[in-house]
Amino acid sequence: MNPFLYRMAQTKIFWPLVALLVLLLLNFFLIPGFFSVEIKNGHLFGSLIDIMNRVIPLLIISIGMTLVIAKEGIDISVGSVLAISGALAAYIMESSTVWVALIAAVGVGIVCGMWNGVLVSIFEIQPMVATLILLTVGRGIAQLITGGQILTIDDELYKYIGSGFLMGLPFSIFIGGAIFLIMLYMKKRTAMGLFLESIGNNITASKFAGIQPRKIIFLVYTISGVCAAIAGIIVSANVSSADANNAGLWIELDAILAVVIGGTSMRGGRYFLGGTVVGALFIQTLSTTIYSVGINPQIVMVVKAFVVIIVCLVQSEQFRSIFMQFNKKKVSF
Amino acid sequence: MGAILLKAEGITKTFPGVKALSNVNFNLQRGEIHSLMGENGAGKSTLIKVLTGVHEKNGGTFYLEGEKIEPASPEEAQRLGISTVYQEINLCENLSVAENIFIGREPMKKGRIDWKEINRRAKKVLLERLNINIDVTKILSSYSTAIQQMVAIARAVDISSGVLILDEPTSSLDKNEVKQLFDVMRSLKNEGMGIIFVSHFLDQIFEITDKITVLRNGEFIGEYETKTISRTELVSKMIGREWGEDSRQDHKKIRQISEKVFVDASSLGRQGTINPFNLSLRQGEVLGLAGLLGSGRTEVAKLIFGIEKADEGMMSIDNEAIRSMNPKVAVDKGLSFCPEDRKVEGIVNDLTIRENIILGLQAKRGLFKYIPMKEQKEIAQKYIDLLRIKTPSMEQKIDNLSGGNQQKVILARWLATDPKLLILDEPTRGIDIGSKREIRKLILDLAAEGITILFISSELEEVIACCDRVIVLRDRNIIGELQGDEMSESKIMDMIAKEAESNESIPV
Repeated sequence: MNPFLYRMAQTKIFWPLVALLVLLLLNFFLIPGFFSVEIKNGHLFGSLIDIMNRVIPLLIISIGMTLVIAKEGIDISVGSVLAISGALAAYIMESSTVWVALIAAVGVGIVCGMWNGVLVSIFEIQPMVATLILLTVGRGIAQLITGGQILTIDDELYKYIGSGFLMGLPFSIFIGGAIFLIMLYMKKRTAMGLFLESIGNNITASKFAGIQPRKIIFLVYTISGVCAAIAGIIVSANVSSADANNAGLWIELDAILAVVIGGTSMRGGRYFLGGTVVGALFIQTLSTTIYSVGINPQIVMVVKAFVVIIVCLVQSEQFRSIFMQFNKKKVSF
Repeated sequence: MGAILLKAEGITKTFPGVKALSNVNFNLQRGEIHSLMGENGAGKSTLIKVLTGVHEKNGGTFYLEGEKIEPASPEEAQRLGISTVYQEINLCENLSVAENIFIGREPMKKGRIDWKEINRRAKKVLLERLNINIDVTKILSSYSTAIQQMVAIARAVDISSGVLILDEPTSSLDKNEVKQLFDVMRSLKNEGMGIIFVSHFLDQIFEITDKITVLRNGEFIGEYETKTISRTELVSKMIGREWGEDSRQDHKKIRQISEKVFVDASSLGRQGTINPFNLSLRQGEVLGLAGLLGSGRTEVAKLIFGIEKADEGMMSIDNEAIRSMNPKVAVDKGLSFCPEDRKVEGIVNDLTIRENIILGLQAKRGLFKYIPMKEQKEIAQKYIDLLRIKTPSMEQKIDNLSGGNQQKVILARWLATDPKLLILDEPTRGIDIGSKREIRKLILDLAAEGITILFISSELEEVIACCDRVIVLRDRNIIGELQGDEMSESKIMDMIAKEAESNESIPV
């Protein structure tokens, strides 16, 4: 047994990484030129770049979701918040500048997040129910803002956020990277990581230690709201329009999945930002693969579900130990 | 009194690092109400859990009507004829009374549940065996706690009518409800059932039981006839050593106790948990709180630390009045609290030892004043060495430590915050003898360094050995105080027991 590999296999990120690599390898054989990256007009193009570009809204929302799930919570309103933010930005740009629109979009994300935070932390409503309110009503609010129409966006600066390039890479990757680094900094260089993991694991003991759980819970829901709003800006900028009905539809489910694939338990406690990134990349790669392999669109969801089941099973220690018993003698990693 | 119904012989149970039961005997006869008594950690609930198959025993044998039994699960125990009603009612509140009684064993008719039969039989069982006449089709939550308790008992006796275990059934009942419960218990007893009754209300024990078995620290102390044992004797069996033995120890160092009051509580109280009390803690003293379980000693500590909000009275720390107390304020003011329930209130079991140690200090400094990793490691290492925490690495999950070492980690967490007051609630409970001695010594050392200590323990010799002053509690009231040479186990037990005798009607 290779000790280095063994230690690697014990880390939470190991299995999601393996899953992602297997998927990429599959692409290598199935799709010619999957890994090729070309330079056109000084911009990088290729399937990999495309995946990285498309994953960003999901990635950002998943990072916010990771914090919420670390405190045994859940935020299913992110898709609606995404729609509200995009709609508000598009609406404001009709009469005002792009900067006002951006501030308003992020601001509405803060407000939505705080709303969820108050319901969960102060009124102690179950997170699923509390965020269900905004999930339902959020699309309605977005509809009100857009007046039931799809608003188009003309502002070049705004569009740059979703489809521009910086140093050869899609600009949105930098936004996603920045958010990841900020959250990583908060986890590693402030007490946020310790407090959140402590509260998620044992809220009673945390109170006895002098931590104030309410503040932290309020904070994570607010962060989740902000992340959803930023994702909303990127989504609307990418397609140059705000669609209150379809923008970010079902993204909350993908986000939860990304977090879980990434190794963070729904029961709270330890959380893994890097794992979440891998999880989000996995989901996006899977979607891209399914489409480019040419699987019948009608059964795309079934294929996706099937792959996700496999990944979740591979992650489950129970399953692995049962599986190992079958070929005990052969196992040697 | 009938034949022996249930017999436990030499029952032994060890948990990692702790001997929870060692060689315990227990006999229950038909038509007998038998109380199991002892302080927390004495082994009452472990014995019940081993008997009902929740835990596996390490040694000893159970006999039911002379036959050896080894129940592996509560269901199996129930099939054999042993059923348990727990303190927290584990029924489904949103189902009807009848459904609750028959859930999991519904009478069927032509492949369907026979509702008429369920309701008829539920009514019959409640009326005939418990003498209660209620509408069994109403949902459970529409009835009082007492009735819900009765429904739980009805379910238990309908399944099996051999042994009935009642685990602290009275703690959430009022006086009339207790009386009602006792009537039911008496009628079941007359039917020939054997009832094991766990309670820590002395009055109730003396009113209802025939026999008492006392456990202490996992050991069998003795079996007594309720009629012949006195309250004071019983208390001494539970918490003290024999009468007249004085365990004052000379190694207690002379401390500098200033006249300055550090924490002052005046008529601080909280409805339903602790009646208003006055308490002054002087700087540098070790103050003990003595009393039986449920007497209010933990509640006093919780109010002072702000884990529970007082709804009346005033409190000041260092001569500064505190308007709204909460644990964060407490920690900021230099208070610290090692709670009684280490697993639930103390350790954060998924985190490492280092993280658990650093938690209190980090909470005190706040979210943004992050303690750098290097400093964290230094602090953790310092206390691992100082308290001799046995672990291969500070990055171990705290879950992997033994109880005693976990307790030391919690102590380390608070020592790292440089506390002025250390509240210790049963710091030596449930841990092995070696760690016990170490922790006691540590308390004395800390006191010698001038840290004020509020010390709660069920073990009176420990209280006397460590404290300068002892406050005695009973039934949610402070009933007295002993100081210096007045402190002795017999005096404290006298106070706890005598009050009980002079005060027959105790609010439950």
